[in-house]
Amino acid sequence: MTRVGLEPIIRAHPLFAGLDEAFCQLVCGCATNVRFRACDYLFHEGEAADRLFLLRQGRVALETPTPGQGAIVFRTLDAGELVGLSWLVPPYRWAYDARALEPVRAIAMDAVCLRRKCEQDHDLGFEVMKRVVPILIERLHGTQRQMLDVYGSPS
Amino acid sequence: MAARPDRAPPGDPLTPRVVRVLKRRRDAPRTVTLDIAADDATAFQPGQFNMLTAFGVGEVPISLSGDPADTNRRVHTIRAVGPVSSALARLAPGDALGLRGPFGSGWPMAAAHGHDVVLIAGGLGLAPLRPALYRLLAERQRYGTIALLYGTRSPDEILFRRELAAWQRRHDIRIGVTVDHAPSDWTGHVGVVTRLIPGLALDPANTLAFVCGPEVMMRFTIAALKEAGLGDAAIHLSLERNMKCAVGLCGHCQFGPVFVCRDGPVLCHDRLGGLLGLKEL
Repeated sequence: MTRVGLEPIIRAHPLFAGLDEAFCQLVCGCATNVRFRACDYLFHEGEAADRLFLLRQGRVALETPTPGQGAIVFRTLDAGELVGLSWLVPPYRWAYDARALEPVRAIAMDAVCLRRKCEQDHDLGFEVMKRVVPILIERLHGTQRQMLDVYGSPS
Repeated sequence: MAARPDRAPPGDPLTPRVVRVLKRRRDAPRTVTLDIAADDATAFQPGQFNMLTAFGVGEVPISLSGDPADTNRRVHTIRAVGPVSSALARLAPGDALGLRGPFGSGWPMAAAHGHDVVLIAGGLGLAPLRPALYRLLAERQRYGTIALLYGTRSPDEILFRRELAAWQRRHDIRIGVTVDHAPSDWTGHVGVVTRLIPGLALDPANTLAFVCGPEVMMRFTIAALKEAGLGDAAIHLSLERNMKCAVGLCGHCQFGPVFVCRDGPVLCHDRLGGLLGLKEL
């Protein structure tokens, strides 16, 4: 699929819905269409966070391997959501694994490309930040609530 | 020596009647469901509770979790967390226990006629909502869309697993289940239950929400429902407090202007104002 062909898909994704035309062109220049089979890993903990994924279809598990227990899934993401936030801030390393639970279609954005364009055009950078930070906050709040273990039995 | 009466005098709400366990099922670690032989044909309202006595140990309030149309048994789902609930959870078929009730207010089933209904349960909070779901499904034509969102700790703590699977196969109800964490073979949702609310695309003008779970979970759920456009009058909660007498006499369960045992446990959020956020209560 050409990058021109990706534009309507990117515009339809909640992360970039309503994005200014010129900005959309810049963002599309960093995008490619990708697919993963069930059980494929989108990325692994410790690897360079050089991409982000706009999920179009399928479910992805964010998980952390733990000794003796296998991987523990702490979040799943579905169509319309963003996979990967570590590309945004140094040291640009993934902090967990991301695994496709079912066949996944996504738009992969080259994080180095997107960061460079955001650096060159701070208006674009601010627009991207305004869209990514609420996701970051929502995940932070969600994680805080999960850590409260409110469904656990009182000791 | 006079035989001990099996039943308390009719109309005495403070004296337990002696009843027996018919059946015991293990639903999750430390959580069992007891079917108790009904000693009368008194119907209960979805959302009400009974006071159950483990003889020689104590008495606790436990919500009714069975089908309100079944007058032969009283069903209670119990998590063993303290001495009384642990003793109750150890009971086997044939064992005796004390029962008072049913007490308290129920879910507003009649007020929900003609409306969409979303049930949002957290952990053991699914138990008091299950009778409401039985009623909704038994009178399906009276209601609009029905959805159940259920969040719990992990896949092995999911209650009523077989029923959930059966409800998921139905086309006239939407079921969403999520857990806080899961092993890698779990393919369902992982995350907080409020994340499932936007996917329902609720019609705020025509939806009633019934919410039951830990109070922290209910606070976040109320915020999410209000973000979805529901007003306070459309949100109904089942509260849990230190209920002792169950008839509004002792005051142990006082929560601001209400006695949870008598005025609740199901209360409309517009009656509670900001009380849920007060640390002193």
